[in-house]
Amino acid sequence: MIQFEQVSKRYAGGHTALEAVSFHLDRGEMAFLTGHSGAGKSTLLKLVMLMERPSEGRVVVGGQYLDRVPRRQIPYIRRHIGVVFQNHQLLFDRTVFDNVALPLEVMGVSPREIGRRVRAALDKVGLLNKEKLNPVHLSGGEQQRIGIARAVVNKPPVLLADEPTGNLDPELSADIMHLFEQFNQVGVTVLIASHDISLIRHLGRRVLTLHNGHLVQGDVMPDEEAMYGD
Amino acid sequence: MATEPRRGSEQVRTGQRGAAVARNPVRDLFDSYLAHHRKSAAGSLRRMLRAPVASLMTWLVMGIALALPVGLMLVLGAVQSLSSGWDQAARINVYLKADVDSNQALQLVQTLKARPAIADVEYISKAQALARFRQSSGLGDALDYLQENPLPDTLVVSPMDMMRNAASLKTLVQSLQALPQVDSVQVDLAWLERLNAIAGVLVNAIWILGLVLAAAVVLVIGNTIRLAIENRRDEIVVAKLVGGTDAFVRRPFLYTGLWYGLGGSVVAMLLVEVALAWLNEPVSHLASLYGSRFELSGPGFSGSLGLLLVGMLFGWLGAWFAVKRHLRAIEPT
Repeated sequence: MIQFEQVSKRYAGGHTALEAVSFHLDRGEMAFLTGHSGAGKSTLLKLVMLMERPSEGRVVVGGQYLDRVPRRQIPYIRRHIGVVFQNHQLLFDRTVFDNVALPLEVMGVSPREIGRRVRAALDKVGLLNKEKLNPVHLSGGEQQRIGIARAVVNKPPVLLADEPTGNLDPELSADIMHLFEQFNQVGVTVLIASHDISLIRHLGRRVLTLHNGHLVQGDVMPDEEAMYGD
Repeated sequence: MATEPRRGSEQVRTGQRGAAVARNPVRDLFDSYLAHHRKSAAGSLRRMLRAPVASLMTWLVMGIALALPVGLMLVLGAVQSLSSGWDQAARINVYLKADVDSNQALQLVQTLKARPAIADVEYISKAQALARFRQSSGLGDALDYLQENPLPDTLVVSPMDMMRNAASLKTLVQSLQALPQVDSVQVDLAWLERLNAIAGVLVNAIWILGLVLAAAVVLVIGNTIRLAIENRRDEIVVAKLVGGTDAFVRRPFLYTGLWYGLGGSVVAMLLVEVALAWLNEPVSHLASLYGSRFELSGPGFSGSLGLLLVGMLFGWLGAWFAVKRHLRAIEPT
């Protein structure tokens, strides 16, 4: 579902974020992306999202070679990729409902259908009774769950998350991870960037570890040494 | 799996998949498109009214810039209608040949009156002409020394209203000149031509002013929209992240421009009406001193409608330029 072939990303000024990264994530797989801060986790996710373009190599998502996607077509690719951000990226000038509805609105789903699907997504994250509130009045954990509802409301085949538990306490983090596991169980390919080692270890999924832009290991659970010993 | 990214395909656009397949996807898509238009229009209007002072400023700037050329155009139009309504100016003196007797002259009066271009013909015989001249010149007795009346029979021709412009008058004069009974034709066309030339210069000057001010309006709206885009950066970023197309992101801003344009033209209309009402009393007083019923009139229904449409067009155009330049620069990072 997500395939990286010798992908490098260098920024103007010489900083190398990723160096010859190759991996393949199968359809319906759930994996964690981990590494020290600045290792290139966010850059990797941005390449999948077409927020960045690789300097070398290529990225394939759902059989689509992203290097062949012109700028105009980027929105149509993004509609198939749900994204959850550490800082939620919620809009505080509208209700929870309107925040979650946005991906459906841009796709041109009918208003009636939007109502049905937004409530289904909010129900799944347990916030159905808060749809009329402004997200600013909700807690950090609840805001993150709104972000997740928004990411899955249009049932994308791929779900990315960038430090989704970054600001949450362990119990809430486990809840959030459990949600991602549920989506994975219905066939969604999930890739989560996180440095919450204990949680990752507990879940026992595949782990991709980045170290200074290099992919250190593809399948093995990292130990603390590999990640932070430097 | 129907959810594979398939660029540009209808499947992708309609987003139909699994349980979400609508009974009539095209209809649903259209409904949703209209719904977003409605939402963008209403949302941008609400935003504008939420900052009434700032919006009013923009409306005023735009209103003043639109009112100036419109007001000048109305005044010029009134002056032009005044010049064409001035009866005296468009009267043609036709001097008949000396060998034409009064019967023939009266016959000619009848034929000329039947012409569609001519409203009225007045016959002044030699004798009447001499009597008038005797009265007005004060020469009195001196004229008695003349052995015969040197004055010709005269026809004073008043053309129809629609003929009262330089070109039509010229044609009429030429056709009168060609009549066998006619010796010469006199009409003072020169001043009419001069007035028309002056009006022509003024029309062009107003157009230039209008174009300059239109450019100013577009720039002002463009700048206002640029600020609106800056203010809504987060929203734009999120919309782009979840797959909003450029058209989707652009829409609310184009509506904002449209509303600014509408507000601006309403202000312009009010300004023009107030100015006309204020000017009309002294102007009609002045005109009455000249024995004229000259009056300034407003833009009327079609004029007002045109002003509204032009204003909205300018607003939309300004927004379009701003959106074109600035929206693309905002990308999620």
